[in-house]
Amino acid sequence: MDRVYNALKEIVGERFVSNQQEELYLYSRDPGTMDPVWPDYVVMPASTEEVQKIVMLANQEKIPLVPQGGGLVLSGLTIPLKGGILVDMKRMNRIIEVNKNSRYVIVEAGCSHGLLQSYLNQNYPDLRHSLPDSPPISTVGGNVCIHGSGHLSQVYGFHSDMVNGMEVVLPTGEICKIGSCSTSPYWFARAPLPDLAGLFLGWFGTTGIMTKISLKLYPHKRMKDVMLFLTENPEYISDIIYKVTDTEVAEDITISCAPKPDWMDGFQLTSIAIVGRNKAELDFKFRTIRSALASYIDSREGGFMYMPPAMKHNFTEVPLRSTARFADVKKGGGFEYVGAIMPVDKFPDAYRAGHEIAQRCETTYSLSARIIGRAHCMMFSCAYAFNRADKADVDRAKQALHETNKAVLELGGIPWKAEFPAQQLILERMDPNTLRLMEQVRKLMDPNGIMNPGNWEVK
Amino acid sequence: MYELKFDPELCASCETIDCLMKCQYISFDLQTAREERDRLNRGEDSFVLHDCVTCYACEEYCQFGNHPFYQIVDLQEEKGIWPTPKPIVHSQIKMYSPKGTFEPKEVEGTAFNMCLFPDFRDSIKGKLFEDTTQLFGRDLFCNLVYLHYAKASVIRERVPQIIKNFASCGIQELVCFHDECYATYKSWAPAYGIEVPFKPVHLFQFLIDRLKENRSAIKKLGFKVAYQRPCSTRLVPETEPMLDELFELIGVDRVPRKYDRETPLCCGAIMRASGREELADEINKKNIEDMLDAGASLCVFNCQGCYAAMGEMVAQAGLRPILVHDLCKLAIGEKV
Ligand SMILES: Cc1cc2nc3c(=O)[nH]c(=O)nc-3n(C[C@H](O)[C@H](O)[C@H](O)COP(=O)(O)OP(=O)(O)OC[C@H]3O[C@@H](n4cnc5c(N)ncnc54)[C@H](O)[C@@H]3O)c2cc1C
Ligand code: SF4
Ligand code: SF4
Repeated sequence: MDRVYNALKEIVGERFVSNQQEELYLYSRDPGTMDPVWPDYVVMPASTEEVQKIVMLANQEKIPLVPQGGGLVLSGLTIPLKGGILVDMKRMNRIIEVNKNSRYVIVEAGCSHGLLQSYLNQNYPDLRHSLPDSPPISTVGGNVCIHGSGHLSQVYGFHSDMVNGMEVVLPTGEICKIGSCSTSPYWFARAPLPDLAGLFLGWFGTTGIMTKISLKLYPHKRMKDVMLFLTENPEYISDIIYKVTDTEVAEDITISCAPKPDWMDGFQLTSIAIVGRNKAELDFKFRTIRSALASYIDSREGGFMYMPPAMKHNFTEVPLRSTARFADVKKGGGFEYVGAIMPVDKFPDAYRAGHEIAQRCETTYSLSARIIGRAHCMMFSCAYAFNRADKADVDRAKQALHETNKAVLELGGIPWKAEFPAQQLILERMDPNTLRLMEQVRKLMDPNGIMNPGNWEVK
Repeated sequence: MYELKFDPELCASCETIDCLMKCQYISFDLQTAREERDRLNRGEDSFVLHDCVTCYACEEYCQFGNHPFYQIVDLQEEKGIWPTPKPIVHSQIKMYSPKGTFEPKEVEGTAFNMCLFPDFRDSIKGKLFEDTTQLFGRDLFCNLVYLHYAKASVIRERVPQIIKNFASCGIQELVCFHDECYATYKSWAPAYGIEVPFKPVHLFQFLIDRLKENRSAIKKLGFKVAYQRPCSTRLVPETEPMLDELFELIGVDRVPRKYDRETPLCCGAIMRASGREELADEINKKNIEDMLDAGASLCVFNCQGCYAAMGEMVAQAGLRPILVHDLCKLAIGEKV
């Protein structure tokens, strides 16, 4: 196997390849519940050409390749289930071009959300991209690969919907451009060409390695506020969301229904972000949303929580640190969630199932949802924090995740960025023709089966 | 259970019905005021119970000390009228519920009740606050805020234990940082026949005493200030002259204005919580314009809640927001 190591060294230089146990250890696991599996090598390419050479080498050696960005997906999708080479993309973090008037940015796939956020803040303060609430080191590539969502998703959809085009190294080693950039010097859209982006977005690194991505940017209005609407009946939520999204003036909409702190238990806190260029715009949006929910206030069934201006920061910051804080609440570094993508009107059922399962499994949990699109769907998250050093705690979380995944599918939802066991549950239910098509696509693109093998395959 | 001391006979002989006639948020003619007062006194429903914004003012307007506001709150609760949406009320009741595990604290010097404002603990430092022991937490929270939510039952249930908790610290006197705490022990508890075995001391009185001890350090500030009088002062209007004395001591001019003394405007926080945002916006605007028209350059707060609600707003209007104890610290040359 030294042959592989030496070849990798030849491609990226000695500093950026390792087969040392202490380094492989770090790449063998993530914060979630999946058991660790060790890669044989980890490599950090710095360019598309280096990625291409690594892919060719893997084909030659018939050795698995697993791309990794921030490694924060939590559901084991970057754990190399069949060993092989783990390709850490973090060195490919350049911001290549911002086209201000066409509002897009071209980045290397390993560019982190934090880096892009601060670059835009400094250089293009009128522009922003949609940030997830993951820690800032999570990458643009890793996030669009899993159909991530974030602070602008209520308005513009999944983060994968915000991709204009990309450069990909195919599993067979060709460098391929997708979208307008395949034909034009500009990376402005996926239309009007046949949309090949679907061969990569949401495929979890099983169909190639993205190297560059053109991401849509959006106006950055500097004044922000948040409206916090409190209810104690989950049945109201889908109507509330319908009414608020109907106004078309809200940005991010999330619903938090955590059992902690104690005073939140039994309540649903719908957090509605609004932005404006000036106070008048903000006031208008504020009033519009308030009148949309007037019937709840008048009947006293729901109300806006009063929040002194100084405390609003906890709700308006992007990304929200509270999620990361909960992730480490057990101080053992264990955190995983079922993010169920499902219709918004399933909220009450998901809410009840989430509470019931977590309580039965005696796990530390939190429930929340983020609205995607104009209530086209939601990401309902049942999050479990656990201490990785405590096996019983890990097992409880595993059990809760498993039961939640099953419940989600029963309800007609689909677990997002599913871990291996959940993938199996999804594949079992999938239309056989869809499944076959997926298999054929993969086989065609990746004849040697080197890309993230083990994931999204029928057992 | 503790019963409100309210005497309908007093109302029967009352000619002015000041409690309702002076209300800044509901308009009455004398005849209507009398009819609604009678209704309330018979324990019947009245539009007063629905339209009241819980500004506490009628408690001050009644010259006979007959507790018309406490009566309104009791009736609202009895009739299931919710001035504020139910989830807000329920969550607030849970949020501030006593932990029930109070350990008496050893008090050295003066017992200083910080209520539920731990964020201000660091500002209670310096010469004026030497030899004080701060007490705070959910088991010492006065709970009077539930008057705004028509939940006097919660106050009745919790306050006797809170009083016991304070008493268990062996205190004779309790300085109240929050105006509302003082009002709880000075007005609300006696109105319900609840005994308070210690002497509540208003922050103003405490500051006056301490400033007098440090008289030589005082440099008259010469500021023109607008005072934002909180709702709780309606329950203890006898503290007003203390504030005037305090301002005089530190050389501050409380500018005469329309919305001060007997006619202050609410900070708006509770109106916002009850869904009356437009009203809150309107009164905040009127209030701040009045402060500016009166020539003030600072807005002085006594209530930490008002400060949180209006501080940023007044600052945007060009007035420096400051709490009264910080103003006193400035007067003796300390930084705030
Ligand atoms: C506290 C917390 C909050 C979170 N909140 C959110 C949130 O609000 N929204 C959200 O969407 N997610 C959230 N997440 C989940 C996750 O962290 C993010 O989605 C993150 O952006 C994933 O990016 P990553 O770079 O860490 O991906 P990784 O974990 O590195 O990879 C994810 C997948 O993409 C593949 N991949 C990575 N890079 C490439 C590439 N260049 N080419 C091909 N395949 C690739 C990997 O093989 C893997 O299958 C959260 C996580 C945490 C811990
Ligand atoms: S409450 Fe007081 S002011 Fe009102 S009618 Fe009775 S006595 Fe008069
Ligand atoms: S509390 Fe205020 S609003 Fe309510 S009746 Fe009394 S004076 Fe009027």
